[in-house]
Amino acid sequence: MEIPYTVEERPDTGLINSKLGIWLFLASEVMLFGGLFSAYVFLRLGAPDGAFHEWGQELNVPLATLNTLILISSSVTMVMSWASLKMNDFKKFKMYMGITLLCSVGFLVIKYIEYTSKFHHGIFPSTNTFMAIYFTLTGLHGLHIIGGMIVNGFLMGPGSKMWKTEPEHFTNRIEIAGLYWHFVDLVWIFLFPVLYLL
Amino acid sequence: MDNNHHHQEESFWRKYIFSVDHKIIGLQYGVTSLLFLLFGFCLMMVMRWQLAYPEEAVPIVGKLLGDGGILLPEIYNSLGAMHGTIMIFLGIVPLAVGAFGNYFVPLQIGAPDMAFPKLNMASYWSYFIGGVIMIASFFSPEGAARSGWTSYPPLADIETGQTMWLIGMVFLITSSLLGSINIITTVVQLRAPGLTWMRLPFFVWSQFITAFLLVMAFPPLEAAAVLQLMDRVVGTSFFLPSGLVVSGEVLNVSGGGSPLLWQHLFWFLAHPEVYVLILPGMGIVAEVLANNSRKPLWGYKSLVYSITFLGFMSFIVWAHHMFITGMGSTMSSFFQTTTMIISIPSIIILSAFFITLWGGSIRFNTPMLFALAFLPMFGIGGLTGLPLGFAAADIHLHDTYYVIAHFHYVVAPGTIFAMFAGIYYWYPKMTGRKMSDLLGKLHFWPSLIFMNGVFMPMFIQGLAGVSRRLWDGGLQYAHASGTLQWNEFMSISAWLLGLAQIPFIINIFYSMKNGEKVDRNPWGSTTLEWVAPSPPLPHVNFDSIPEVHRDPYEYSIPGRKRDFTPQTEPKKG
Repeated sequence: MEIPYTVEERPDTGLINSKLGIWLFLASEVMLFGGLFSAYVFLRLGAPDGAFHEWGQELNVPLATLNTLILISSSVTMVMSWASLKMNDFKKFKMYMGITLLCSVGFLVIKYIEYTSKFHHGIFPSTNTFMAIYFTLTGLHGLHIIGGMIVNGFLMGPGSKMWKTEPEHFTNRIEIAGLYWHFVDLVWIFLFPVLYLL
Repeated sequence: MDNNHHHQEESFWRKYIFSVDHKIIGLQYGVTSLLFLLFGFCLMMVMRWQLAYPEEAVPIVGKLLGDGGILLPEIYNSLGAMHGTIMIFLGIVPLAVGAFGNYFVPLQIGAPDMAFPKLNMASYWSYFIGGVIMIASFFSPEGAARSGWTSYPPLADIETGQTMWLIGMVFLITSSLLGSINIITTVVQLRAPGLTWMRLPFFVWSQFITAFLLVMAFPPLEAAAVLQLMDRVVGTSFFLPSGLVVSGEVLNVSGGGSPLLWQHLFWFLAHPEVYVLILPGMGIVAEVLANNSRKPLWGYKSLVYSITFLGFMSFIVWAHHMFITGMGSTMSSFFQTTTMIISIPSIIILSAFFITLWGGSIRFNTPMLFALAFLPMFGIGGLTGLPLGFAAADIHLHDTYYVIAHFHYVVAPGTIFAMFAGIYYWYPKMTGRKMSDLLGKLHFWPSLIFMNGVFMPMFIQGLAGVSRRLWDGGLQYAHASGTLQWNEFMSISAWLLGLAQIPFIINIFYSMKNGEKVDRNPWGSTTLEWVAPSPPLPHVNFDSIPEVHRDPYEYSIPGRKRDFTPQTEPKKG
């Protein structure tokens, strides 16, 4: 006997299992980043007046703006890849998913450039509490990007065989992966002003 | 995949080790967590030697400790920190949620399995790895964590052994997260036809609320663990204030952090965690009480609303653990108010349990004895918590043995008794045989007596002002001198409590082969798990998915032939 409601929706809840699962997971992720954001607030309030702003001047705003654009674009292409499957166009799915992955690589390369230039200037997480929370938040966000890349890479590569046997199930998987990807994008949208602009 | 395929092809590894069947995973969780509970208890029995006979060589395990068998202060601290960690994160939570939740939630809602069987397996193995890391930390060059299970900085930032604790915690948090997402999805999506929300057994409700607490409360601890790990490994100062002096020297860090930040993040998890420890226990007790008093659970709806309210409130009471940190009287007033409010639903639940007994025809079998003992024991634990919830009273009682006694009454003769009740109650479902009632009673009565022998005198010590976590139990303090004679009494009670568990261990193995053989429904029970064969069929549980027609506890309804009506029995007309 198979577990019900993996592909078709349960009538009274209108949900498939995995969609409920991913929303619960995202709720827990909100709490995780929420905890870290409140740590940021706590530390900022405890720091001398204006210190956080001053320490934040070291960050590279143009590069981070570029990264924001890249990540938003990747979210758009992620939706397009799902929409392509809905329209039965597997080739376009592959193309859009490929662009999503390229964007995520681009994001990480820029993040790498930012990190190394900080290290070259002798700025480390231990320099002050602003840098500590900056490296922690962006590092954890980076890990989430890598996690998303692994999932997306799998769904584009070996995982895409499922399209031939269970197209509907596969389309659902892309939607679920997409929800996660938008969340990671959204976290960055919060991180960018809080760390770079305030 | 059809059913037959499952029955034949599975190899030993697939069937028992890397299983995706919720029943096997539940048993894996159960066995592992019971072993951890025993281990954590053993740590405490060693600590009790030092408290009863300070600086005398510890018998039996003394050789392991070195230094002539005397329990050194640093080892004592390790044992204390690890006793708490193991009992909570490796013992009770996995037993209550991982074992009972996994095994019985799908059965009670008439589902073939959990919603995500592979995640379920990942959850168990993540827990297992976390456990291995915790145990391994005893043998690492740094030794195990020494900063208490609460891991307060700055001490936890600079004391040895904490890094492995943090890494282990990340695995345990991941495990709980996967498990609880699974339980919520299962309850929402896989209820059998006709099983509406208000027909769910109370046990399912308790697991459902517990899972929400785990999903929402554990991530902030994960965040805190990441920050503490950064402090220890990369040298940041999240929790280290400026100008901190350690061993006479100013610590060479940037400073600017706040130890209070840890306490906020930690207790934001750890207060809901307290309810994670108790709610599944209440769920089990509700099942056992209704079944063995042969009466419907009194006030089912108010119980459901209470437990939901309890879950919600548990997120806004955390700072009542922090009254003496100097966070200010406005904060204190807010949190003592919410703390008083949260005691209301707990009292409603306990009262409803007592009223359930009223006028019932009670059967005093072993599960019922444990469930009955739960009521006054949890009552003592709960009521003694009220003075701690008032900021003024807490100033005197904070960090004394009174606190230890209070929460042990909730968790030890409270939750653990509920767990025992659950094991005796559902053992026939898991194995097809009943556990021996004689051995069960030999287990119950001494356990009840010695539990109180261990924890009741702690109230006396605590009211006298004896601090917890003292290596010598308070020898150097004048105010403690009048209460120290209790230490030996408590220690002997603890060791006897250890002996009292032997009948239980024998019973588990003995009854597997020699217990009385039973059919599907030995207790005359109404809920869905008793419709399935004992043990339930691998991977599918039921012969066919049951249909639900009734409320969960239709016991002794006048005018019916039997004194119970299973939920699956169709209504006439």
